[in-house]
Amino acid sequence: MTELNKLTLSEARDALRKGETTSVELTEACLKAIDAADALNAFVHKTPELAMERAKAADVRIQAGDAPAMCGLPIGIKDLFCTKGVPSQAASKILDGFKPEYESTVSQQLADAGSVMLGKLNMDEFAMGSSNETSAYGDVVSPWRRGNDDSALTPGGSSGGSAAAVAADLCLAATGTDTGGSIRQPAAFTGITGIKPTYGRCSRWGVVAFASSLDQAGPMTKSVRDAAMMLETMCGHDPKDSTSADLAVSNFEAMLTGDVKGKKIGIPREYRMDGMPGEIEKLWSEGAEMLRAAGAEIIDISLPHTKYALPAYYVIAPAEASSNLARYDGVRYGQRATLEGGDGITEMYEKTRAAGFGHEVQRRVMVGTYVLSAGFYDAYYNRARKVRTLIKKDFENVFAQGIDAILTPATPSSAFGLGEMTDADPVQMYLNDVFTVTVNLAGLPGISVPTGIDAKGLPLGLQLIGRPWEEGDLLNTAYALEGAAGFVAKPGQWW
Amino acid sequence: MSIDQSTAAKVAKLARIKVEEDALPALADEFNTILGFIEQLNEVDVDGVEPMTSVTPQRLKRRVDEVTDGGQQDKILANAPDAREGFFAVPKVVE
Repeated sequence: MTELNKLTLSEARDALRKGETTSVELTEACLKAIDAADALNAFVHKTPELAMERAKAADVRIQAGDAPAMCGLPIGIKDLFCTKGVPSQAASKILDGFKPEYESTVSQQLADAGSVMLGKLNMDEFAMGSSNETSAYGDVVSPWRRGNDDSALTPGGSSGGSAAAVAADLCLAATGTDTGGSIRQPAAFTGITGIKPTYGRCSRWGVVAFASSLDQAGPMTKSVRDAAMMLETMCGHDPKDSTSADLAVSNFEAMLTGDVKGKKIGIPREYRMDGMPGEIEKLWSEGAEMLRAAGAEIIDISLPHTKYALPAYYVIAPAEASSNLARYDGVRYGQRATLEGGDGITEMYEKTRAAGFGHEVQRRVMVGTYVLSAGFYDAYYNRARKVRTLIKKDFENVFAQGIDAILTPATPSSAFGLGEMTDADPVQMYLNDVFTVTVNLAGLPGISVPTGIDAKGLPLGLQLIGRPWEEGDLLNTAYALEGAAGFVAKPGQWW
Repeated sequence: MSIDQSTAAKVAKLARIKVEEDALPALADEFNTILGFIEQLNEVDVDGVEPMTSVTPQRLKRRVDEVTDGGQQDKILANAPDAREGFFAVPKVVE
């Protein structure tokens, strides 16, 4: 058998059921891999004791024949999820030392299904970033490298720790969250699968809020089958989240037939950006050809408001962030700045937030404050919300024409080097999410599947966008694409 | 729309983030870059379009107005930077 930490979730589940291994052995293999991979800076709070305790309990359940879906499977949890008694600080200095007294619904559901938490994963601060360079814990280094060049590359963001950990086989799978592409972009950069489900599918309760109308949790896995398996456990109605949908969750894994005959796959012409690298263009047309060969019908479609998605996002997301992050005031949790004699409560707020928030978070909170301020609310915030309505309508129109899924690139390029974007203006960095952000604005499910390698030896991914609430069908189309692409590359181990 | 230093200072004040005087010009520049990007939204004809309030058509659920939780003062205060005698402690607010 291959090294246990290299198994996929479904392979490990099957091995556990057959008695070929135990959760304790799987967990030990992952803990060993984690300790050997500090150079990646993916795990930022390790919880080996908790992991072993859960692994032992899982083995008892498996032996007793009472094993739920994820029983005994070791996973990593993004630091954005509050985990009871375990540091959860959203990669921000302002939450340094914060140990929640409660557990997020998603991580609780995963725990109830028997999974084993190995620790907390690095990320961009408050999930704001596309390269994992805004983290208070420092950058995550991608396990991938450009050929023989040993310069450090980004794993993408904000779920960069999750992506690096899964790609480097430190855990079998991980949780991520996606506000504008934060699951799909890092998945594409690291050659793994990441799905953001329909808004409302996964409870946001206990997940540190960034932009509440866009945030959604999802799994980051080594295969589409694993994504189906883990997503099903993460989904479901939660009375504690008023935006959580009270809808039945299908058995997503059972829907993976690979049969896409007669499916109508839309290719949106507006995603063909000026200056798009030839490699991305080629990857995209090859992906469409694979689905056509599998029996799907490829149809050119138009999503006319695509161009306005990023500017709308950069009004709506900061506006919501400025409101959500108002709670970090130095009173209730985390850090309070050192005050001087005579400082009052306003100085306490201002100094705490200046010292606790990193540069990108401060910038977004202030942009949000500006677009919501009297005099600009209509010109910016309300206009952006109207454009959002139009973006959603674009998708509704194509789905009404019978389109089942939409195929696009996941990212405009392969992973870039850490520090390479330092001198770029913030908008340059924001362009990383150009293909993913529309999906959040429209609340739709989207999945990134690795389908190719570029000339530098780095993975590239394609994105499929599905109809709302039809994650099962979307995963099946992704499964067909995955099968046709046959992506098997792994990063060479240098760490 | 161009943001000058005094507007940047005002926004920082509203956001309750202390920004040193010498950092204001760079901040104003960044705001201008981002707002310049956002200005593209002015190209869109939004006449008669409703601003989105909820991305999914479902109504926000309401629960019965009853106490479901409580009595956990110690847990609520557990992460406070300064808590005394069952209260969050802050600098003096009134003279």
